[in-house]
Amino acid sequence: MDRHLVQRLGFALLSLVALVVVAPILLVVGAVVVRGSGAINWEFLTAMPRDGMKAGGILPALVGTVILTLGTALAAIPVGVGGAIYLSEYARDTWLTRAIRLAIINLAGIPSVVYGLFGLGLFVLFLQFGTSILAGSLTLAIMTLPVIISASEEALRAVPTEFRTVSASLGGTRWQGIRHIVLPQALPGIITGVILGLLRAAGETAPILFTVAAFYLPRLPRSPFDQTMALPYHLYVTSTQVPGMPMKIQYGTALVLLALVLSMNVVATIIRSYYRKRRQW
Amino acid sequence: MAKIEITDLNFYYGDMQALHHIAMSVPDRQITALIGPSGCGKSTFLRCLNRMNDTIPGTRVEGSVLLDGQNIYAPGTNVVDLRRRVGMVFQRPNPFPQSVFDNVAFGPRVLGLTRERDLHELVEESLHRAALWDEVKDDLHQDAQQLSLGQQQRLCIARTIAVEPEVILMDEPCSALDPIATLEIEELMKKLEKEYCILIVTHNMQQAARVSDWTGFFWLGKLVEFDATQTVFTRPSHKLTEDYITGRAG
Repeated sequence: MDRHLVQRLGFALLSLVALVVVAPILLVVGAVVVRGSGAINWEFLTAMPRDGMKAGGILPALVGTVILTLGTALAAIPVGVGGAIYLSEYARDTWLTRAIRLAIINLAGIPSVVYGLFGLGLFVLFLQFGTSILAGSLTLAIMTLPVIISASEEALRAVPTEFRTVSASLGGTRWQGIRHIVLPQALPGIITGVILGLLRAAGETAPILFTVAAFYLPRLPRSPFDQTMALPYHLYVTSTQVPGMPMKIQYGTALVLLALVLSMNVVATIIRSYYRKRRQW
Repeated sequence: MAKIEITDLNFYYGDMQALHHIAMSVPDRQITALIGPSGCGKSTFLRCLNRMNDTIPGTRVEGSVLLDGQNIYAPGTNVVDLRRRVGMVFQRPNPFPQSVFDNVAFGPRVLGLTRERDLHELVEESLHRAALWDEVKDDLHQDAQQLSLGQQQRLCIARTIAVEPEVILMDEPCSALDPIATLEIEELMKKLEKEYCILIVTHNMQQAARVSDWTGFFWLGKLVEFDATQTVFTRPSHKLTEDYITGRAG
């Protein structure tokens, strides 16, 4: 066959594949926007649900998801970034660190419902936090850790060894080199990883199912030991558990969740591209 | 008296012995050049003098390196303090991705040498000594990596000088630079010689002949010859040295 024809066919095929990848995303987002945007108004975002969730707003679910995400960040960022610094900068290459890395990779592949059961066993029952924001946040944090650790470690390793060597040659301790040179350089990658991890946490249903989520709780949470509603669980409940639910509310909830997650994603992308432009090495 | 006295120094990368029984007296306020073919151990030797090899796992040192009479490999040696006293300039100009000012200020800051408000003076003086001040004084907060390679290397020298070292180790400092920038670094070295003990590893025979007072010739991990530069280049006492500097070996 003519090689130019082969080339054109190849390109056509690859474009088609790319389209197949993008199309479902556009369709899903499109459907949610079209059907959900009618539900979005000031009341929907700021009022409590009424009439067995068939009317009113989604404020407690929205606030719940924001609080759970913040709680997850509070627990997962120090541990995740700290662990990544240890693995990348301090740990020697022994069977133990190899085992830890392997464990982290495997943790990322565990189904989220398993995290939910683990959280139920450890936080809710054994540590007696009860079904609470604390238990839910910690469960989500554990699920998020592998993402944060992997992304942070990768970002740290991408900083040239040379900078660490120079820092040492100037009399800096290893920590000073990390603190003043390596971390600032790795920060955009770390931030991106953190946001992507939190984004997943914000959208998950299974881990919060047994640890924090309230079916119908038309008030705002009062303490970390309080239960709360959350957007993904609210969506699940309104879609499957309540007969006669207006479709508008389901799609409205989905749209709000989608907007929350996508806007976090956009922020991550902006941070990444901003720093990539400035990076020299 | 010698600034650095090296006695029976052996160095190993795992099972591979990279340096064999090196002995050398490095004089203060003079330039000592180390020459030899790639892989002969001269860079490894240089990095033994500020214990930069410590950071490579699986390496081992035997023998002694006396800095002002103190063995830097003695137990209890403060390596951080040693590296402040023995500064290093690397082959590739490697300023931190920060401003010119922050680059020079890095060492004094991490070592807590001066208060922040005295820092400006120290940075200016270091840049003066590294012959870079006039070129950067208008914008000390420009990104260091926007400078030319030659300027970057002088910035790295300024960064080293800022922690007030006694010895400066230079590992092929001009190999990434053009001839003009090379000449500028060489002039700078001649100027710095008056205050510091300088060792330079170089592949450039002319450079060794031009700038150094003493020359050591390394071959397969051994120090074949060490003498006044003029002697080494005009009347070397070893056939191997003569073959190398005249281009017949290496």
